[in-house]
Amino acid sequence: MTSANSWYEAGARQRVAAMLDPGSFAEFIGPEQREISPHLAIFDLPEQFDDGIIVGHGTLEGRRILVAAQEGRFMGGAFGEVHGAKLTGLLRAARSLGEPVLILFDTGGVRLQEANAGELAIAEIMRALVEARMAGVQVLGLIGGRAGCYGGGSLIAGCCSALIVSEQGRISVSGPEVIETNKGVEEFDSRDRALVWRTMGGKHRYLIGGADAFADDDVLAFREAALIVLAGNGRLDADVLEAEQQRLEHRLHRFGEAHDAIDIWTDIGVSEPTEIPGLATDEFLRRITDKREKANGAR
Amino acid sequence: MELADILASLFPGGHEVAVMDNLISGSGIINAIKVHVIGIAGQSPLGCEGALILAGHVLEITRKGSAAPILVLIDSSSQRMSRRDELLGLSECLAHLAKTLLLAGAQGHRTIGLLYGGSAAGAFIATALATGTLVALPGAHPAVMDLPSMARVTKLPIEVLKAKAEKTPVFAPGLENLAQTGAIHAVWNPDQSLAEQFLALLAEQTGGDARDRLGEGRGGRPKAASIAQRVEKEASHA
Repeated sequence: MTSANSWYEAGARQRVAAMLDPGSFAEFIGPEQREISPHLAIFDLPEQFDDGIIVGHGTLEGRRILVAAQEGRFMGGAFGEVHGAKLTGLLRAARSLGEPVLILFDTGGVRLQEANAGELAIAEIMRALVEARMAGVQVLGLIGGRAGCYGGGSLIAGCCSALIVSEQGRISVSGPEVIETNKGVEEFDSRDRALVWRTMGGKHRYLIGGADAFADDDVLAFREAALIVLAGNGRLDADVLEAEQQRLEHRLHRFGEAHDAIDIWTDIGVSEPTEIPGLATDEFLRRITDKREKANGAR
Repeated sequence: MELADILASLFPGGHEVAVMDNLISGSGIINAIKVHVIGIAGQSPLGCEGALILAGHVLEITRKGSAAPILVLIDSSSQRMSRRDELLGLSECLAHLAKTLLLAGAQGHRTIGLLYGGSAAGAFIATALATGTLVALPGAHPAVMDLPSMARVTKLPIEVLKAKAEKTPVFAPGLENLAQTGAIHAVWNPDQSLAEQFLALLAEQTGGDARDRLGEGRGGRPKAASIAQRVEKEASHA
């Protein structure tokens, strides 16, 4: 199922290397500076010298770009104090430099061992992101990693100018286990993987306009998609938010009674909707042409 | 403090603030200054519909073109945890609400959050933490996650978590802990006029996001401000 260049299987550094022009990446506050979390030791947990995120700059087809990549294999890619502050600083720089940003999400959300600092970091990132976009800067989110894009990470994604997802790219505020723990297995059976994928996965998000581009689970496919999306405009203003308000109200009105993703896909007019989860990318895209809901920049 | 008492102390001359399905909206006048009010009451969760209703209010306010302050009153639980909300894209709805508040702030409206009860997780981020200045009343009880749930996720006994919570404010629930990280600008005095405290806050100058420096000064977040600043500097010189 996964190729040698699988985005899902790759680590953060591999993704960045494959995304940018060869040899163009330079990291800010790299691991050699050993800026570790000041809080994990309280829990007797091992630190990592980059605190689970890489930020820096490079070029994409010769164009200068800023990039952040989360490492989903360290603490589930969760946002702690240092991890979050690196992304905040990058987005503040993007605003003053006027340079586009790629955020390679791979996160379970806030790191609970430093929950207050992580939660506030999410808020600071969202503010810096929105201020960059109001200055005309594009901020793209790329989602297809092991940890998905959950919790506060999904709210940051919701502030991006565009999102690129693969089938593996799950986006959700409450994770399956959290819903099950709080509301019971009748509400959400977290062990039902098929339910998780069709409720939160990349195909569903792409079908309802929650994402703007759909990529194969392949680092080069993500790169190609990013190049296409970067040709657009990412400015955030009052008109964009008015349009997003209408888009989301329309979605609740149209699909609000749906019980399952299959109901929504049926309503959209996709033929044989139950086959959607099993389709390869080409066939999936062919099957949904002119059917899916599009954001058209209203985000 | 109860919502009715808060509104009475904020608007001694009366107000037109209503609560419907635990969503707050309306306006009042303090010293000839019109103040728009939105919010969540009754410790209720914030789902897709609620987020869009509140965002609609904010957009309606910004559409009018004035620079009137927007007060966001918060006594919520977390985001509504349900299969349906996630199916419909709750992350987009909550982010949309946060964006409307951030846009209002950028367009010249002072956005002031007043946390008077509970709040947690996605609901907290989309409302209180998306305002330009967040204040609280004593007794407010924000939490990212309650300690019993945290014990389940971190696989640590709750006694161990409680002991650790005494050593560091960085993870444990509660107003004081969150204030130390810089999230809460000030805690108001419920025995004094809230209208006067609101006017004093309006008179304070605001600039960019100073929460990281506030957290550094209070000792709750020793590294965030300097790390963000160093990344910004390295990026500018690269």
